[in-house]
Formats: sequence, C-alpha cells, structure tokens
Amino acid sequence: MPTLRARRVPILRARRVIDLLTAPFSEFAFMRRALAGCVALSVGAAPVGVFLTLRRMSLMSEAMSHAILPGAAVGFLVAGLSLPAMTLGGLAAGLAVALLSGFVARSTVLREDASLAAFYLISLAAGVLLISARGTSIDLLHILFGTVLALNDDALVLLGGIATATLGGLALAYRPLVMECVDPLFLRSVGRASGPVHYGFLALVVLNLVGGFAALGTLLAVGLMLLPAVTARFWATDLTGLIPVAMGTALLASAAGLLVSYYGNLPTGPAIVLTAGGLYVASMLLGPRGGLVWRLAPGRHLEA
Amino acid sequence: MSAAPAPARGALAFRGLTLGYARHPAVHHLDGTVPAGTLLAVVGPNGAGKSTLLKGIIGEVAPLEGEVAHPGLARREIAYLPQVAEIDRSFPISVFDLVAMGLWRRVGPWRSLRPHGRAVAEALAAVGLTGFERRPIGTLSGGQLRRALFARVLLQDARVILLDEPFAGVDARTTAELLDLVVRWHGEGRTVAAVLHDMEQVRRYFPVTLLLAREAVAWGATAEVLEPGNLRRARRLCEAWDDEAPVCRGAPPAGPARHPHGHAHADHHDHDHGPPHEHAA
Repeated sequence: MPTLRARRVPILRARRVIDLLTAPFSEFAFMRRALAGCVALSVGAAPVGVFLTLRRMSLMSEAMSHAILPGAAVGFLVAGLSLPAMTLGGLAAGLAVALLSGFVARSTVLREDASLAAFYLISLAAGVLLISARGTSIDLLHILFGTVLALNDDALVLLGGIATATLGGLALAYRPLVMECVDPLFLRSVGRASGPVHYGFLALVVLNLVGGFAALGTLLAVGLMLLPAVTARFWATDLTGLIPVAMGTALLASAAGLLVSYYGNLPTGPAIVLTAGGLYVASMLLGPRGGLVWRLAPGRHLEA
Repeated sequence: MSAAPAPARGALAFRGLTLGYARHPAVHHLDGTVPAGTLLAVVGPNGAGKSTLLKGIIGEVAPLEGEVAHPGLARREIAYLPQVAEIDRSFPISVFDLVAMGLWRRVGPWRSLRPHGRAVAEALAAVGLTGFERRPIGTLSGGQLRRALFARVLLQDARVILLDEPFAGVDARTTAELLDLVVRWHGEGRTVAAVLHDMEQVRRYFPVTLLLAREAVAWGATAEVLEPGNLRRARRLCEAWDDEAPVCRGAPPAGPARHPHGHAHADHHDHDHGPPHEHAA
C-alpha cells in the first residue's frame, strides 16, 4: 500500500535521527556526565562572557586562563592529577592576578589591559617553569585539553556549584554591574559599589575559567565563555536578549560538540569549541542584527 | 522636587586647596567658601584648573594639599556632570535605564524602578526627550546624550550640583531650556557650580563667579569679577607647566598667594580668596 508506506518512512526517519541524537547519552554514563558538566558551564560562563565582550575585555579572559596555570601546576605538583587540588590552585592564582591587576589599574596610570598583560605573563611563565620542573608532556596535555569525558562526582559538584554561584552573583550585582560597565565614573560618584562590583565580576570570570579548565582545559576554557557571547550579538541587541541567546548557543554547542566528538571519534574539548565557532560563523553571516548578508542587502532607507 | 535644605547643608569650603597631577598644581592654594544655595559660575582660560576643581570637590582627584569640606553632606550626595562623560555609548542600554541611574541612592541595587517610572518620565520631559525612553543610548546625538545626562542629574535630587561645561555642543534652544532648569535648581535652594565659557551667559544667569587661573584671580559678584582687567590677568597667569618648577614652600594662611620662589603674580587684592558676596538671584 503506497500511501501507508509514504507516511511511515518519514516517521521512521525521524525516529532514527532522534536515536542518533540521544543514544550516546542514554547508553553511556560518561556522556551524560559530560553533558551535565557542559550544561552547568554553559549556563554560568555564557552570561559572564556577555559582560566581558560588552566591557571590551574579551581577550582578558584568554589572558586570565593563562594566569590560572601556575596555580594549577602547583596543585598538580603537590597532589598529582587531582581535580580539587588543581582547581584550588588555579582559583588562587587567577584571583591573585585579577585582584593585583585590578588594583594596579585603579591606583596607577596603567590601564586594566596593560596591567593584566604584565601579571598574566609573569604568572604564565611561572606556570610553565613549574610544569617543566616536574612532570611530562602527557600531563601538560591533560592540563591544556581537559578531561571532559572523565568527569567524576567531585567535578560535577564543582561545576554545578560554580554555575550556581555565578548566576546568584550576577543576579545580586546586575544593576551596579551594568552601571559599572556603562558609566563607572557615575557609579563611583553616587556610591561605594564600584570597587566591589568590579572585583566581584573579575572573581566570577576566574571562577568560570577554573570550571572550564576542569571540563575543557585551559586552552579551551575561554571558548564556551566567549564564542556564545559574541554569537549572541548577531541575534539580540539588549542584555535581556543577549544573555539567554548566549546561554542557548552555549548549550547547543555543548550538546552538538559532544555528539560530533562521539561519532567522529574526535577529542571532545576542541569539538565543542569548534561547534561553537561554527555557530558563530553562521550567525556572523546570517544574524539579523548586523550580519554580513543583511549588510549586503540593507533595503531602502526609511522616511524618518 | 524636595523641601528647602537646612541652611548649612550644601556649602562648600576650600582651605588651602591645591589639586594637581604629578605634583604640578592645576589649582593652587584656593581658599574660600561657597555658601549653600549659591549659583556659581567657574570661568577661566583653558587649563586654568576649572574641571580639576570640580573633580576635587567630588573626590575624583585627591588634594595635593589642603582640603575641600562639605559639612553635613556626604560626597555621594553631590551630583556631577563631567565634561567628557566616561560613558560607553556602544553598551546596549536604553535612555530610560541610563536616566534611571540617577535614582541609585533611592533604589540601590535591588529595589524596583517601577514606582519611579513617572519621575523618570518627568525628568525626560524636562529636558525634551519624551519618546526617547526605549532608544539605545548609542543612537543619541551628542547634544541629546547631554540632555539625557541632565535628566539623570535631575533625578539625583542632589543638594550640590557640579556641571562641567554643560552646554558644550548643545544647540541654542536646548541651552536655554537647560539654563531654565539650572535656574530652577537655584530657586530650590540647591548649590550649583558650573564651568562655563560663554561670558554673556554667566552675566545673565549667574550671580556669583569664580575666575580661576590656577589660583583664584577674582571671586565674587559676577559684574565685578568679569571686568577686563581681571580677565587679562587670568590669561597671563595661566601658563604651561614648568618642568623646572621648584617645590612650593606653602602658602600664607590666607589672602593673596605670595611665594618665596615668586612666580610673579600681579596684584589682585580686591576680590580674591575671601568669601564671596552673596547675591540673591
């Protein structure tokens, strides 16, 4: 019966596609764990990335991810390849660099980016020195590319905690943070919130980079923070749009990246970031808010 | 917008105030008082230290020597409209949100803006920006942004208002409207200090003037301050930094500055330093 066949084939095809998308997660616990970790990271890091790009501090997170290295290295030297030790070390190093560079920027002639550049280079060199003093290149690869397919309970709790702290912190400091971004001088002139908000935000950046470093490694920790945030600029104009779009993009990139790495037998961290990169390129071309294609055909001007 | 102030709140007192950058004074040994409710114009040539004086009052520039006192008034209660605002105009925020920042002292980080919607709308109407609420600040022209910042100052409801060249780049009609606002503030008993370059404006609207050229050349009733002799002297006094300048040995306790190292001052006994005469507007 041709009519019945014609109806059944698309249904079967759809079921196969759904199977392809869900089977890796339903069959393998490590894939579920990886997904859960990436979801936590996406929800926390993406809004932080939105504020970073709006403050023109995009590259600051890249620098900061290097600054984490010596702390992680010290943790590694003390306790081996242990997540809590390396996380605590990274957190300490990152916060130290963030606070020091923030302090120097606020009390000397140096601008934030310049003082951060100075401190992160010192920190990175110290980290490389520490790692090369003991340890092999395989260990280094672990630190750089992360262990997203081997997330244990500790790591998941850590990632979930960081996401919770980030969302809570952003919710509490949302208004002064926006004011600090738009008009820092005004915020200084009306209240005492400017300093705490600035440092608190830097702390959130470090926190999320350390979280990302557990899941994706230092080299790619920045990816889930920045690429979705930059992508969102092509789909939304104000903060209430940018933050959810960035979160959604990060979630999509995480899930798709995990699947790509599963079926393609590819390293997971780069697969996720490259997926996010693909979404960025597509948005850059097609995004309705200033995408390249729309620029080419802007339409005739309005009357007023 | 609010009740009349207590008599002393809103006064500014300078005691041997020296402000500057890298040890070079931009404002040198300034003494005097701005009584509460004064409508003061600060005039002087470029580089005379006018903006620095305002920054010193709100504490953005720390004194090299001496002090600024504002008895009974926290530094946060002074509204300040900078000459070049540090505003990031590419940030995606609406005019409404920018202006509503002026409510910070009342709403803080968490309280709702909703009860203040009317106040914001009225402030926007007062500067002629009704209908601009939802516009992103990046789409405003320079003059429109200036007006939005005026609306923000309006919402701050501050006892002391410092305006640094508030009308630069603003068209004539808007300037007139904004000047009305300034006069209204004066009528409400607020202390207003404005850095200005348009002497006609100063003569017409500002009863008291401080003529600054690193030091106070003259300070008092506008008509007496803005005479040709004073203006000439102000232009002469205001020169570039001297890299070889010796360390200042300190000023005499009051009166015209006379320094042992003597970078020559013309005589200016008549109007300077002393408390200015108060004139009703």
